[in-house]
Amino acid sequence: MDYFVQQLINGITLGSIYGLIAIGYTMVFGIVGMVNFAHGDVFMVSAFVALIAFLILTTWLGVTSVALSLFLMLVAAMLFTSLINWVIERVAYRPLRGSFRLAPLISAIGMSIFLSNFVQVSQGPLNKSVPPLVQREFVLFNRNNYPVTLSYKQLIIWGITAVLLLAFWYLVARTRLGRAQRACEQDKKMAALVGIDVDRTIAITFVIAAALAAVAGTMYVMYYGVVSFSDGFVPGVKAFTAAVLGGIGSLPGAVVGGLLIGLIETLWSAYFSIDYKDVAAFSILAITLIFLPQGLFGRPDVEKV
Amino acid sequence: MSEPLLCVRGVKTYYGRVQALKGVDLDVNDGEIVTLIGANGAGKSTLMMTVCGNPRAREGTITFAGRDITRLPTHEIARLKLAQAPEGRRIFPRMTVLENLQMGATTADPAEFDRDLERVVGLFPYLSRRLGQRGGTLSGGEQQMLAIARALMSRPRLLMLDEPSLGLAPLIVRQIFDAIRRLNAEQGLSVFLVEQNAFHALKLAHRGYVMVNGLITLTGSGRELLERPEVKSAYLEGGRQQVAR
Repeated sequence: MDYFVQQLINGITLGSIYGLIAIGYTMVFGIVGMVNFAHGDVFMVSAFVALIAFLILTTWLGVTSVALSLFLMLVAAMLFTSLINWVIERVAYRPLRGSFRLAPLISAIGMSIFLSNFVQVSQGPLNKSVPPLVQREFVLFNRNNYPVTLSYKQLIIWGITAVLLLAFWYLVARTRLGRAQRACEQDKKMAALVGIDVDRTIAITFVIAAALAAVAGTMYVMYYGVVSFSDGFVPGVKAFTAAVLGGIGSLPGAVVGGLLIGLIETLWSAYFSIDYKDVAAFSILAITLIFLPQGLFGRPDVEKV
Repeated sequence: MSEPLLCVRGVKTYYGRVQALKGVDLDVNDGEIVTLIGANGAGKSTLMMTVCGNPRAREGTITFAGRDITRLPTHEIARLKLAQAPEGRRIFPRMTVLENLQMGATTADPAEFDRDLERVVGLFPYLSRRLGQRGGTLSGGEQQMLAIARALMSRPRLLMLDEPSLGLAPLIVRQIFDAIRRLNAEQGLSVFLVEQNAFHALKLAHRGYVMVNGLITLTGSGRELLERPEVKSAYLEGGRQQVAR
């Protein structure tokens, strides 16, 4: 039981990271109908930006406060990654809008390969690490000599994810911008007719997706302390799995899917074989696509046309 | 008389290689209701969408309120206060009625939203009871009212309506046409109406145009067109009966 609670805590933490990435997949899919295969690599790039920001802050600027450096890492990663994704959208996807359906998908795969190779060449092929930033942890309870712990790192990840999800929900459900995004998602032609700049709204969507991925990337660096150029692919595909499981296009679905994938992966590693944890996550993708293709929160299409 | 509010000159539009409009000339003056009638596939909706820049006219010019809008992107044309309730209504299905109206007010002053909402809902009182309901769950007639209401939320200078009577019960058609007449009479709103329901549309309109195969073949006042034998035989019920006899 204690072991289970500990795995639950770990799983929710991992799931938060997947959930934040999954929102980017689902949001972009909703608005442009394209699976953005480069999104995992955008996440990886953001982790590198956070790492570089950390090195600049600590070695050059001599920042010693952990909270301040974490905050600045987060801000730097969000800004820089948003800019990168804005450029990617502009260069690689926008010119292909109105082309055949597979064109932007192929372009996205190309961007994915470009980003991972660019990081490999510019940062080197080896794992990059940061010293552990936050080390303290709570012991929740300790029975049978098995302490169940909740680390500060995990608390930070939970807290930031929760705050961001709330802010993001508010943005989509209550603001003008969120309404414009939903309008573009539902009917781009009509959105333009009421005066929405559709291209601009899509660009903003990519920027928001990148900012959320950058939060996930920063937390990934902080949590694991290690990142490599190839770290975009597997977390990216898992987050994509989360988005599909939740119902692609559904924002709450992406969060719930992310948490579920995080939990499944962690519990599988804990009780079965850690070597096969990726198999567990990807089996979920296959099972979802076969038996529940619209996902958990996918919309049943019963609207009047 | 001053320059028309909307002025379409020699407009040709293509879908790929298929020519849908073959050089259309059409004017809508300030404060006028102008109706365009024609059979299915004549190019009526294409003309309306071409005015909004989607698809774009390959030749010819379109000016609105003295400004050349032929090459302007769709959303910038909307910002010039040209609103359309397009073919098929195109309500945002997963937004509430209120949100649909908020979308309609995209180009309007946010400070005026409450007043505009009251005014528009006053015109279609039915909508006031449905503000929290999702657009996709409304009936056809309600969706049509919402489509018109949404277009009105921008305080348009020109309201373009594409077949507002399509598929609706006669009673609702009358309500909608009454609303158009009132808007025009009380607020001086200019209306450009595309219709297959030629009899009602021509009775309502100051002027009308008849379109056949991408070309304007007839024009005149609403009453004149109603009397024309070719209009009667082709578009009006009575004409059809006469021909049958």
